[in-house]
Amino acid sequence: MLDDQSTNFYMLGTMGLASSIGLGLALSQKQKVISIDGDGSVLTNFGTLPTIANNVADNFILLIIDNGSYGSTGDQPTYAGKKTSLTAVATACGCDNVVECQAEDAVQVVQAAIDSNKMTIIVCKCESGNVKVPVIQMDPVVIRDRFMTELSKRNS
Amino acid sequence: MSVNDKIVSDLVANKVEFVTTVPCKQLAGVIDKIDACEDIYHIPSNKEDEGMGLCAGAFMGGKRPAIIMQNTAIGVTINTLVTLTQYYRMPLPMLISYRGELGEPVACQVEMAVHTKALLAQLNIPTYHFHHEDDVNEFDAILKHTFMCNKPVAILTDASFWKGY
Repeated sequence: MLDDQSTNFYMLGTMGLASSIGLGLALSQKQKVISIDGDGSVLTNFGTLPTIANNVADNFILLIIDNGSYGSTGDQPTYAGKKTSLTAVATACGCDNVVECQAEDAVQVVQAAIDSNKMTIIVCKCESGNVKVPVIQMDPVVIRDRFMTELSKRNS
Repeated sequence: MSVNDKIVSDLVANKVEFVTTVPCKQLAGVIDKIDACEDIYHIPSNKEDEGMGLCAGAFMGGKRPAIIMQNTAIGVTINTLVTLTQYYRMPLPMLISYRGELGEPVACQVEMAVHTKALLAQLNIPTYHFHHEDDVNEFDAILKHTFMCNKPVAILTDASFWKGY
């Protein structure tokens, strides 16, 4: 599990926009950005994939945790767990480096994407279900300020 | 200077370097100018809430963002405005074509026009309405105001301002 750190930016709501925020961030500064998204969230904001494909930021990785279900709302099934392949959709949208992997290979695949210095979309297939974690109680302005301060330090 | 040139020149003067757009016929001219402007990264969005996500990222990455869209987008983006832009206190100038006002040929556009200002007021979004061509002279001050207060700010631009639909 990833520990809390000042380079984490937490979305407290606004389902669907993690990939858009990550792309905007990657296009605007030098540090590497990994957006961790879910299959349900990508389905909510499908328009993001063509935008990503056509605005290449080689410091951007989109890691889609594809468990075929809406995990935060009670594990209702998504279409990504049925006939729809997010890997095929991302490829059809024009994304160049799309990698599908199983959960047990995720660390290695993410590391390879980081090392490649190429924008990469990773679709990590896994089983549905949540680890017990607390709700994030940090104030959004604190999350944002801590993140921007750290980012600005690293970019200077 | 044309209205379109003035808008782009004010964006550049205020260091707005990242602009996302969802098209509208009234905005076609200004979108063309933004696309041609070397000082601005123009990233078209497929939907306005996606655009607001891009702008949030750009802002955190150190670039001043702006979004250009139609007023129908207010109906699409309320959740994003409230839970992202306002909740995290991020600035976002929103240059909005105010469809459904005098001169509008498409009746359906009036249906959203009648809700536009009420929704913006309900969201406590500072709102400016450009009706005459000279109103564009306030754009520079509105941009400065937006980045001073870290809020989304709406600039509604109607058909009279654009000299027709």
